[in-house]
Amino acid sequence: MMSAYLDFIRIRFLMMLAYRVNYYSGIIIYAINIGAYYFLWQAIYGEQESLAGFTVPQMTTYIAVSWMARAFYFNNLDREIANEIRDGSVAVQLIRPYNYLFVKMMQGFGEGLFRLLLFMVPGLLIVCLIFPVQLPADPVVWLLYLVMLLFSFLINSQINILTGLFAFFVENNEGMMRMKRVMVDLFSGVVVPIAFFPGWLKSTMEWLPFQAITYLPSSVFTGRTPLGEAGGVLGLQVFWFLLLLLPIWLTWRAARKRLFVQGG
Amino acid sequence: MRYAVLFWEYIKNYAKTRLTYRADFWIEVASDLLFQFVNLIFILVVFQHTPSLGGWSELEVVFVYGFFMIPYGLFSTFFGIWNFSERYIVKGEMDRVLTRPAHSLFQVLFENIDPPSMVGSIVGAGIMAYCWTQMGLPFHLTDLLLMLVLVVGATLIYGGLYTALNAVSFYSDAPTGIVPLMYNIQNYGRYPVNIYNKLIRFVLTWLLPFAFVGVIPASYFLEKKSDDLSQLALLTPVMGLIVFGLGLAFWNHGVKKYRGAGS
Repeated sequence: MMSAYLDFIRIRFLMMLAYRVNYYSGIIIYAINIGAYYFLWQAIYGEQESLAGFTVPQMTTYIAVSWMARAFYFNNLDREIANEIRDGSVAVQLIRPYNYLFVKMMQGFGEGLFRLLLFMVPGLLIVCLIFPVQLPADPVVWLLYLVMLLFSFLINSQINILTGLFAFFVENNEGMMRMKRVMVDLFSGVVVPIAFFPGWLKSTMEWLPFQAITYLPSSVFTGRTPLGEAGGVLGLQVFWFLLLLLPIWLTWRAARKRLFVQGG
Repeated sequence: MRYAVLFWEYIKNYAKTRLTYRADFWIEVASDLLFQFVNLIFILVVFQHTPSLGGWSELEVVFVYGFFMIPYGLFSTFFGIWNFSERYIVKGEMDRVLTRPAHSLFQVLFENIDPPSMVGSIVGAGIMAYCWTQMGLPFHLTDLLLMLVLVVGATLIYGGLYTALNAVSFYSDAPTGIVPLMYNIQNYGRYPVNIYNKLIRFVLTWLLPFAFVGVIPASYFLEKKSDDLSQLALLTPVMGLIVFGLGLAFWNHGVKKYRGAGS
């Protein structure tokens, strides 16, 4: 059975490979994106050497690695699920002898693997050539970051799946999906590190899973969070991963009971 | 005239489909506004740590953002074809569009018309009015007229760029990832372009003229800066016509090359 799931990873990976040309432009545009934020933050820092605990080089590294991490963990699982619910093909998926959500996760992982190898890694290399990014020298940090990155992917995909499943209840959840995307970008810390938020917002964020997607791992990568505290960060990611399984399971159970296929 | 009748029919059709998904309408309005507020939060958060951004004060940057929201809202209403490549090319709906006599772009745009986005324009105008009074800028009636011209120009720039981007799907058979990524780039036209280096400034001004959608026209109403962007402001409608013209030409050429998905 497991090999069937692994095949979903492989097939999605190959499918993405067929469309790899799209991602060459993606690398360039992410680099432009990183560049624009780089200049924006340079202007924000002005004469100041450190803001909210980030030095200027740390901030540069933070922007680069956060955007490139997004290049890896980003996927459209929410949209895929919502579309399958809306066009009714989810009914066929449900009668197949596999767990639909697990298959989605595997497909997402296949896409992620592709994005990691052909998007994030070359992207990061290019960005490092253009901007003064300081990569960590300690291999432990790299190893730890790689594990954290996996959890970034898992948590982000879980949020996507949860959003996608809402299509069972509202029939058209386009608005919700857009809202989710914006919220994830802001609250995960891609656009602004959480440390810059005013106090009340910062403490709210500490109770939400979003910071585990980008902010926490990137802070470890840049060295703002010392290696000693990195274990706690990883623990928090694992905690959120496990906790998010619960709402997904509950939604999925409720959703299957009220599924009604319009046409299909 | 025929297009006006068609336009009205599309609106009626839109209203009918929307009344089926009533709750969704409000969720969409809310999500649009949330998106804008997130960007405003970014500006507000940033200004907690610095008094000025490349010589621009907080109110000025927010003012620029308010201006940007107006053409952006109009653009999203009339040009919101985010899934063009998937829906029209991959799934072959373009064939249906081409069998009809009305211009293909017109049909595609109005099948996807999205009036709730207009709420963003109204909020943007409100934000701009607020900053206007807070900064105590002089106000003349001609400013309103000029504003209208600049807004139309900016909307055309946006529309032309996205028409061209969507037309890329006619040439390359793979769904392109450019559109969602372009969506990210456009954010930079909202900030004072003088903070970027020369290359990016050049790109944002002349190649992907997102600066003409936000900071350049808005600067016309603000105090003059040392680099004086406002000189370019009156070029906005000209740029609008050029960019939209190019976009339309690219689209028309693409339609000629289009050969169907074969399904």
